[in-house]
Amino acid sequence: MMGRLTWAAIPFDQPVVMIASGTVGFVIFCVLALVTVKGWWPYLWREWITSVDHKRIGVMYIGLALLMLVRGFSDAMLMRSQLALAAGHAQGYLPPEHYDQIFSAHGTIMIFFVAMPFVIGLMNFVLPLQLGVRDVAFPVLNSVGFWLSAAGVLLVNVSLVVGEFARTGWLAYPPLSEVAYSPGVGVDYYLWSLQISGLGTLLSGINLTTTILKLRSPGMGYRQMPIFCWTALASNLLIVAAFPILTATFAMLLLDRYCGFHFFTNELGGNPMMYINLIWCWGHPEVYILILPAFGVFSEVVATFSGKPLFGRRSMVMATMVICVLSFLVWLHHFFTMGAGADVNAFFGVMTMIIAVPTGVKIFNWLFTLYGGRIRFTVPIYWAIGFMVTFVIGGMTGVLMAIPPADFVLHNSLFLIAHFHNVAIGGVVFGVMAGISYWFPKAFGFTLNERLGKAVFWCWFIGFYLAFMPLYVLGLMGATRRMQHYSNMHWQPLMLVALAGAILILLGIALTVVQLAVSIRRREHNRDVTGDPWNGRTLEWSTPSPPPVWNFSHLPQVDRSDAFWAMKQQRGTAQGRNVQRTYETIHVPRNNPTGFFLAFFAVLLGFSLIWRIWWGAGLGLLGAIVICLVQAWRTDGEIVVPAEKVASFERLHGLKERAV
Amino acid sequence: MWLRALSITSAAMLTASCTEGVLDPHGPVGKAERIILYDSTAIMLAVIIPVIVLTLVFAWWFRARNSRARYRPDWEYSGRIEMIIWSIPALVILFLGGIAWTGSHDLDPPLPLAESTAPLDIEVISLDWRWLFIYPHEGIASLNRLVVPAGVPLRFRLTSTTVMNSFFVPQLGSQIYAMPNMVTRLNLEADQPGTFEGLSAQFSGDGFSDMRFDLVSTEAEAFKDWVNSTKAQGGILDARTFEELERPAKADGVQTYAQVSEGLFDRISSRSMAAVSPQGGR
Repeated sequence: MMGRLTWAAIPFDQPVVMIASGTVGFVIFCVLALVTVKGWWPYLWREWITSVDHKRIGVMYIGLALLMLVRGFSDAMLMRSQLALAAGHAQGYLPPEHYDQIFSAHGTIMIFFVAMPFVIGLMNFVLPLQLGVRDVAFPVLNSVGFWLSAAGVLLVNVSLVVGEFARTGWLAYPPLSEVAYSPGVGVDYYLWSLQISGLGTLLSGINLTTTILKLRSPGMGYRQMPIFCWTALASNLLIVAAFPILTATFAMLLLDRYCGFHFFTNELGGNPMMYINLIWCWGHPEVYILILPAFGVFSEVVATFSGKPLFGRRSMVMATMVICVLSFLVWLHHFFTMGAGADVNAFFGVMTMIIAVPTGVKIFNWLFTLYGGRIRFTVPIYWAIGFMVTFVIGGMTGVLMAIPPADFVLHNSLFLIAHFHNVAIGGVVFGVMAGISYWFPKAFGFTLNERLGKAVFWCWFIGFYLAFMPLYVLGLMGATRRMQHYSNMHWQPLMLVALAGAILILLGIALTVVQLAVSIRRREHNRDVTGDPWNGRTLEWSTPSPPPVWNFSHLPQVDRSDAFWAMKQQRGTAQGRNVQRTYETIHVPRNNPTGFFLAFFAVLLGFSLIWRIWWGAGLGLLGAIVICLVQAWRTDGEIVVPAEKVASFERLHGLKERAV
Repeated sequence: MWLRALSITSAAMLTASCTEGVLDPHGPVGKAERIILYDSTAIMLAVIIPVIVLTLVFAWWFRARNSRARYRPDWEYSGRIEMIIWSIPALVILFLGGIAWTGSHDLDPPLPLAESTAPLDIEVISLDWRWLFIYPHEGIASLNRLVVPAGVPLRFRLTSTTVMNSFFVPQLGSQIYAMPNMVTRLNLEADQPGTFEGLSAQFSGDGFSDMRFDLVSTEAEAFKDWVNSTKAQGGILDARTFEELERPAKADGVQTYAQVSEGLFDRISSRSMAAVSPQGGR
């Protein structure tokens, strides 16, 4: 009846897990109880859960990512403290079977459920506003994409309490991830949660690609398109091209595990090397899916706060697209040590280095954007400059490892760990933090507390160097990744420094929460009534903060890049908004619960498949199909916003603005 | 105070890293790789350091409050600068690409070392979670301890019984994967006697952290003595004893075998078509 699921799946004997999950469960219960008592359900259902507004969905993505950042970071703290203790004969407090799950979960969560939703959330929120349009191309699909990601998140977290997570590392290399060596449900949790959320990501990629290609405000050609939209285009093209590879690869591994196939097993001619090639055919583009939008954020931030246009815009666009294409030609550098032969290794090594050229150009472009500027040192520019300093170091160590003979001694070492955290934290996280503090006032109508924001920056910045510079050194000393303990006592002091760095970053995350709380309490002091708190250059700043559901009462006319800046120059005022007397009725998409219901059935399907509860899987699949059919036959997808409502919104906003 | 603590820490870190691991190689492969590490780092630092300095200088000089800095609100293009900023990284990469190309060919793991001495053949089998070293010409084997003569090229063939591992002795240089049903090749050499730590660099399951072994490099005479004494004592490694070794177990102590059944390595590395894994297919 319940497949493999028994009471033994819940680790009652592990106090750490039980206390942690008990606490989380209690908090969730309290939140749900509060929402029920206060009667907030109708509001949540109407305004958030069923919302197909790209701004709401973007905010929910980022909320999800912040939540999972806490989860992923607690894994990081466990690992760092384990390694600070487990030197010499000491074994630390986490046995291998537990430790192996933690580093696997840390990698999986940080890439798929923190970095991805952060980046997709930013793109979701910003793109239509920057493009000067009222919505994305497929609003309901957008909501489905988000809810499927949330379904994946839920499954990963369930694995903490019911059963176990994969003990294979974040990419689950076979044959270790095959049934013969991982007979438990851990790898199944890994595979199904990523299949479900991966589908969500693909849908989101299709939606955003179409939005950029087909929906832009009148007059906005590719040459006038803001640079963040360009980087988002590159990133979403990569999603559309790369995520099907991931899905297909996982599907083959699932067939191996569930149906006794032999794609990657040790028997009957199966070949694990094929999986490793395929997974990195997705994996390397994935790196650029994450970093390109971050580059876009930095381009916007550096230009805005320098008070001048981005230097070498065409170079920047070209560099972005070159990276987009080249990212598919470098995957083999993740396994130079698999014995491919000198020519193959050398080819992929050189291709990898060639990517450093456009990336280097980008750095120089930002550098010369700063040159001749009038730089206002707000929180976003702190992140941007911190990024420029940090990222070049990560780039350098990356190019170093692109040299095959250098990689032969650095591969899989802590040097590698330091390198990719150097670019993932110094690039993606810094980019997302810059983006959040930059666009927060647009989303909520008030700016974040600057002092606390700077404190957060310094915690992350110094914390990063403390946590990862020692890892570079440890890697050179011969320390390998994923070790649960080590005998060399010389390594322990460096491990302690790394732990101190992690604690500092933890402080940074805590301060982010404080920053949010303080900013919300003092929101009346930091109100943004103009809609343009930073003296911005692109169209998102030409509409009120927070923007109405329809984004723009009049679609802006665009004839050059930095369109809003040009409008302000022409009118000679700080307020460049297009104020007109007449308004038209506007059509906006109606709320739609399809995404939420699909996610519900996807969780049921995934959970049942993990535990081999076949009736549950059938029910989940059937439910999902029915929901899709209902959605396909719906007739009324839009509601009309009458012209009077648009006009009264604009009047009210104008009044507020003049009052300042 | 802060600066001083910082400089002491980094100095300590640097010296620590230079006395062990890949920056303290004891063989020709590792030494060649260290040169590549140093050269390419130096080349890149020549660009990276000025960029970091310029970033900080520009950001500081062009701060909004600095009235002496010239504000150029519309400056967004300069053909000359564009050319330079494409050329600098391109030139660096041209140079490093050359290093990568020649380095990959000169230090390709299967490539025999250019030495006059005849190489010593060693067959490596990674088990869950131990290392088995077979000396095919000597007819002996050693578990979790690799004894080699100094100054003699070592010619490895590697495979795995179960999952992937990576055979790595940091102080000798290159690592290579050991994979089931496949044979990879690696050539290394220890140029002086000593004990160097070896390990698996590819995560392979619960016993992974203990998959460490000592590579003991001895004088040629001492190596001969070791071979002879191994032949004189220790068990036999045949299909039956190997089956016991295949059962997953954490590394625990060293063991030697006086006799190894012929062709064991080749049988292990080419048994793809037979269903052999411990739990079977499903």
